[in-house]
Amino acid sequence: MKFWSLIWANLTRKKVRLLLTLGSFAVALFLFAFLAVVRDAFNRGGGVAAANRLVVINRVSIIQTIPLSYRDKIRNIPGVENVTHDNWFGAIYQDEKNFFPQFVIDPDSQRQVYSELVVPDDQWNNFLKDRTGAIAGASTVKRFGWKIGDRIPLKTTIYGGGAWEFNLDGVYHGTRPGDDETQLWFQWDYFEERVPDRFKGQVGWYTVKLNTPDDAVRVAKAIDADFANSPYETKTDTESAWAAGWVKQFGNIEFLILSIGSVVFFTLLLVTGNTMAISVRERTGELAILKAIGFKNGSVLFFVLAEALTIALIGGLVGLVLALLAVPLVGQAMSGMLPPMVLSKPMLAEAMGFALLVGACSGLLPGLGAMRLRVVDALRRI
Amino acid sequence: MVSVNADGNSKALIQVRGLNKTYRRGGEPIQVLQGLNLDVDQGDFVAFMGPSGSGKTTLLNLLGGLDVPTAGSVSVGGDEITHMSSGRLTEWRARHVGFVFQIYNLVPVLTASQNVELPLLLTRLSRSERKQHVESALAIVGLQGRAEHFPRQLSGGQEQRVAIARAIVSDPTFLLCDEPTGDLDRKSADEIMALVEELVSKHNKTVLMVTHDPLVAARAHTVLHLEKGALVEAGKSPHSAAAGGAA
Repeated sequence: MKFWSLIWANLTRKKVRLLLTLGSFAVALFLFAFLAVVRDAFNRGGGVAAANRLVVINRVSIIQTIPLSYRDKIRNIPGVENVTHDNWFGAIYQDEKNFFPQFVIDPDSQRQVYSELVVPDDQWNNFLKDRTGAIAGASTVKRFGWKIGDRIPLKTTIYGGGAWEFNLDGVYHGTRPGDDETQLWFQWDYFEERVPDRFKGQVGWYTVKLNTPDDAVRVAKAIDADFANSPYETKTDTESAWAAGWVKQFGNIEFLILSIGSVVFFTLLLVTGNTMAISVRERTGELAILKAIGFKNGSVLFFVLAEALTIALIGGLVGLVLALLAVPLVGQAMSGMLPPMVLSKPMLAEAMGFALLVGACSGLLPGLGAMRLRVVDALRRI
Repeated sequence: MVSVNADGNSKALIQVRGLNKTYRRGGEPIQVLQGLNLDVDQGDFVAFMGPSGSGKTTLLNLLGGLDVPTAGSVSVGGDEITHMSSGRLTEWRARHVGFVFQIYNLVPVLTASQNVELPLLLTRLSRSERKQHVESALAIVGLQGRAEHFPRQLSGGQEQRVAIARAIVSDPTFLLCDEPTGDLDRKSADEIMALVEELVSKHNKTVLMVTHDPLVAARAHTVLHLEKGALVEAGKSPHSAAAGGAA
């Protein structure tokens, strides 16, 4: 582009100012990317929830159990394809800081209901034969440097205390971006055998796989109706509603993140708008000369906007590259505390879109001022 | 041939008829130009003199399409510019007017060649064609060896030469020079004026110049004084006498 040398020369005339403005964009975009990643991590449950799955919990709260005997009744409700059940184990591996979720699973139905979490057949078959066997997610295996055959001791504080030891028989992988690969699963039979009597025959929740998502409302109502007025009334929701309910326990994360993001971008707009205004005011005479020798008003506006957008683009790219490098490191450090942190392409595009919007807005007012500049008045001021 | 008592049938390159310009300052109208007439032919070199505030720069701005008159008309090469829209006037300036100002007004972050190239960015010339034009313009002003120097690396006289190269690079119909030597020492001023004379004599350029300096004005073919908003012929300079002089 023949105007590029002029735009670039104007952009780089005050190098310290340019670096500081680029830095503002880079920091803002870095922060924006992180906020987007955290928001996504909190919303991930809803995002990866299957439309054809329901979750059945005790009507009182998720920490109250429900009887195993409900499984067959639920399975017999028309529209239900399969049912599996889980218990939260909540044990500690070596140190409390090494948190990762552990679930007691029903091996007979786990793979049918959670078909997106894949375990190789040979590993799964070894797991089925091994009463004290465990399957762990790839992320947790990598985090602790485990390998198949390792002995994994877990200390439970819920189920009567004491150490439970498991053999790592397999590793599962998620098939979709954002699938949680931090869990550890072990068998219901082993759990049932070791827990105190008061926990026997009690599951944490059921996950129901439907023939078709269209049946979700009807089946959910049917399940809750079946167990109404029993000692263990149920509350059935779609998996996404259930995941959203979990997020709400942390407070209004969405509002918090949007508020911080808005403040960051508004501040950035003020900073860059002021910088562009000063930059344009400093070269009023030059702009007047450009107009005198034949550059039209639109060209002058274009030059100012191009400078602002170039700053936004470069600063934004720097911030996003830093975020791309930092997010995996932070994700690793936060492993198990939050769902996997993923900086996806749509997030990058959204962040860059915001950066360019701020760039355009910050250049617009000074650009319009330059556009309206009367050559005769400006030359008189030089 | 320059005339300040032009009639309506002139075929001069620049024709000014009944030009008026009134400013309002503090609510009071101040009439700067009053019914001014002027004809300037191709290849003329005219100097405008007069006290500060007499309207010299205002006249130059009106002739260059930078400002619009309160009444009257300015025609250049048959184009009546006083009624052109702002956009058309900008295009017209790009094609027909070369500006040279007192304080050079170069873009400090561009090299001499990039400054000279600026008017050519508005044309459809290719990069190599633009380069050729820039080299030619810099050769005319004697700055071939300074093409890649920034304005801060040049002397005042050299900066003004770059400004002149920028003014002539697109081969405009005429040049408007507002105190082109006002910021220069005598030696540099003489060099600049020699260059302007060369543009007139060798390249047949039409030059209209505002100056306070009688020595500089004496280099023009015709010297006109602005008095009470009207132009008064000051007499023929030696150059203009040789060239035929004012009517």
